[in-house]
Amino acid sequence: MLDDQLSLSRRRFLSTTALGVAAASASLAMPSFPRAQNAHVKVGLLHPVTGALSYSGQQGRIGATMAVEEINTAGGIKALGGAKIEPMLGDAQSTPEGGTAEVEKMNAADVSCIIGGYASSICLAVSQAAARYDLPYVVDVGVADSIVTRGLKNTFRFSPGFGVITKTALDNLTIINGQAGKPAKTVIIVHEDSLFGSGLAKLLNAQLPPKGFEILETIPHPTPTRDFANVVLKIKAQNPDLVIPANYYNEYVLLARTMQEQHVRPKGIYSVLGGAASSYKFVKEFPDAAKYVMDCNHWFNPKSAKAQELKKNVEDKGQFFTYELYLNYSAVLLVADALERAASADRVKLITALENSTFASPIMPYGPTKFVNGQNQGAAPVNTQVLDNDIKVILPPEFASAKPVFPVPT
Amino acid sequence: MLSPLILCSVVLNGLMVGAVYALVALGLTLIYGVLHIINFAHGALLSAALFAAFFAYQKLGLDPYLAAILLAPLFFAFGYALQRFIIGPASHGDDRNMLLVTLGLAVLIENALLCAFRADTRTVELAYGFRTIDFGFTFLAVPRVISFATVFVMALALWLIMILTDTGKAIRAVAKEKLGAELAGIDVAHIYALAFGLGTACVAIAACVLIPTYYVNPMAGNAFVLVAFTIVVLGGMGSVPGALIGGLVTGVVESLGGFFFGESLGQLGIFLIFIAVLLVRPRGLFGAST
Repeated sequence: MLDDQLSLSRRRFLSTTALGVAAASASLAMPSFPRAQNAHVKVGLLHPVTGALSYSGQQGRIGATMAVEEINTAGGIKALGGAKIEPMLGDAQSTPEGGTAEVEKMNAADVSCIIGGYASSICLAVSQAAARYDLPYVVDVGVADSIVTRGLKNTFRFSPGFGVITKTALDNLTIINGQAGKPAKTVIIVHEDSLFGSGLAKLLNAQLPPKGFEILETIPHPTPTRDFANVVLKIKAQNPDLVIPANYYNEYVLLARTMQEQHVRPKGIYSVLGGAASSYKFVKEFPDAAKYVMDCNHWFNPKSAKAQELKKNVEDKGQFFTYELYLNYSAVLLVADALERAASADRVKLITALENSTFASPIMPYGPTKFVNGQNQGAAPVNTQVLDNDIKVILPPEFASAKPVFPVPT
Repeated sequence: MLSPLILCSVVLNGLMVGAVYALVALGLTLIYGVLHIINFAHGALLSAALFAAFFAYQKLGLDPYLAAILLAPLFFAFGYALQRFIIGPASHGDDRNMLLVTLGLAVLIENALLCAFRADTRTVELAYGFRTIDFGFTFLAVPRVISFATVFVMALALWLIMILTDTGKAIRAVAKEKLGAELAGIDVAHIYALAFGLGTACVAIAACVLIPTYYVNPMAGNAFVLVAFTIVVLGGMGSVPGALIGGLVTGVVESLGGFFFGESLGQLGIFLIFIAVLLVRPRGLFGAST
C-alpha cells in the first residue's frame, strides 16, 4: 500500500511542478529503479466507485488492488525484470459515459491494460472505447453476452456470461428438483424491470415450461422499490412451489424480509444471479430470511486453500468476501500471467498473450482457460445454498461442500 | 384471486406505506409553505438522518424510537443552522438561489455520506423487526403500525404548533406576507430558520420510524422524496392536514396501482394524480387559495 501511495503522489508531483520532478527523481525514483523504462507496468483499474453501483465498484477495487499488492510484494512481473504493476485507479461513476471518459484518461496515461467495468452497460462502452486504441480490456463481472460477441479483439472476459449462467441455473434446478422427487411444479418470478431482470424473466418464461414447470405469474418491479407487501400478497394468494427473484441487493433483501414477515414459505427460493442470495452480508444480517435460499452465481472454489486464505484476509480487513472482489482479484492475476507470457508491456503483444492464455485461477471453480472470441470457455457459475448460517456450494459435485436441502423443511 | 380480503390487505399496506410518505412530506410542506423554496436537500437530509438513527442503534444501542427523541432536536438545530448560516446568506433573498443552494447541499451531503460510510447498504436488526400483528387475513408488521401512529401524532403536534403558538402564528404570517410580517416586527430570518429546522426534525423522526423496516445507504432518502413532492402538491403546499391525507391517498393509490397493473406501473398512478391535481386544482386539496 505504501508503495502505491508513494508512486501515486510521485505521479502527481511529476505532472504539476518541475521542483517535484527534481525532488521525486532525486529522492524516490533514482535508487529504486535500475531499469527505469521497465520498472513499472501501468494497469488501469476501472470501477464504478461512486453513484448507484458504488458498493459493488468499491468491492471490485479492493479485490483488484489486493491482487496488485500481492504480485508486487512477490517480486512483480519476473519476465520484465521484476517490474511492479502500477495501478491507475479510475471511477466510472456508475455510468457508461463515466467509464468511457476514464478510458480516455487511462489511454493518455499509457496504461498497458484496463481491468474492471462491473455493470454490463459500462463494460459495453469501455470495451468499445478501449478497442479504438488497441488497448487490452479484461471484463471483471459484466454478464451481458453482447460484451464479447461483437468481435472486439481487445476484450476478454474471464468470468461466465449470462447465457452460460442461465443455462447452468436451469439445468441445475432440474437436477435439484429431480433428486428431491419433483416437488416443485409451479413458479412465480419476481424481477426488476431493467435489462438484467427483464432479460432473465424472458429467458425463464421461454425455458421453464419445457422443463415441466408452470409459471403462475411474472411480477416486474422498478429499482428502487420501497415496499414489497403487494408482491408478497400476490405470491401468497397463488402459493407457488418456487419463487425465483431476479433483482439487485436492496430489493432482494426487502423481498425476502417481507416474505418472512408475511409468513410466506414456498418450497424453495431459487435465484439466478440473485442480488443478495449469495452474499455473506445478507446471511449475517438476516439469517432467518436467508436460510435455505439457493442461487446460481459467481462463486469461488471453496476447496481451494488459496481462496480460503484470500477470504480470511478480506474478512480480517472487515470487508465481506463478495463476488466483485474475487472476480477482480482473478482478473488481475490473469493479466499478470499474460504479462509474464508476453514478456512485454506492449498492448498488441499483451492481447496475443491473453488470446492464448492457459492461466489457471487458484480462486475460481473454472475449467481449463481457453479464450474464444474473448470469452473464457472454462468459466462457469456454481449453485449455492444458505445452510447453517453459511453459504455452501451444492452443485456441481466436484466443488460442492454440501448437499442441497430441498424442499425447505417446514 | 381477487377476494375482498386481498383488496383489504392491499389498502392496508397502502396506508402503512402512505404514512411514511406523509411523514417525509410533512417536513417538506412546512419548508415549502414558509420559505417557498423546493428543498432539494430533503432526500439527502433523510439519508443523513437514517445514518444517524442507524449509528445511534449500532454504537449507542439506542432503540430507533427512543433515538427519535434525541435526534429530532439535534436535527432541528442542524436544520436551523443550515438555513440561518448557509442557505439564507448564500441565497441573498432570491428564491431561485435558494433552490440552487439546496441542490448544492444535497450533492454535498450525499457525497459526504458516501465518503464517510461508503455505498454499503446497512440495516438494523431489532427483536421486534419481524413481529407482526395477525389480522386473520393479513399480517401487519409492528414497526409499520408504530410509524402509522407516529404520523398522526406528528401531524397533530405540528398542526397545534401552527394554530396555537405565537411561533406558529409568526410562521403563518411569514408564509402569507413576508414584508408585512417583517414590518410587524417578526424576525423573518429566524422564522425561516425555524421552519427549516422543524422540517428537518420531521425528517429525523421519519428516519427513526423507517429504519426498523428499511435500509440505509447514502442514496436511500431519494426514494421517498419524489413521492413527497407529489404529496405536497396533492395536499396543498404548506398544509399539514394536506400532507397527511395526501400521503395516505398516495400510498393507497400506489398500492392498488401496483397490485393491479404491476409494481412498475404502480408509481404511474401517483404521477397521474400529480398531473391531474395540477390541472384541476393547482392549489391542492387543502391549499389556501391565493
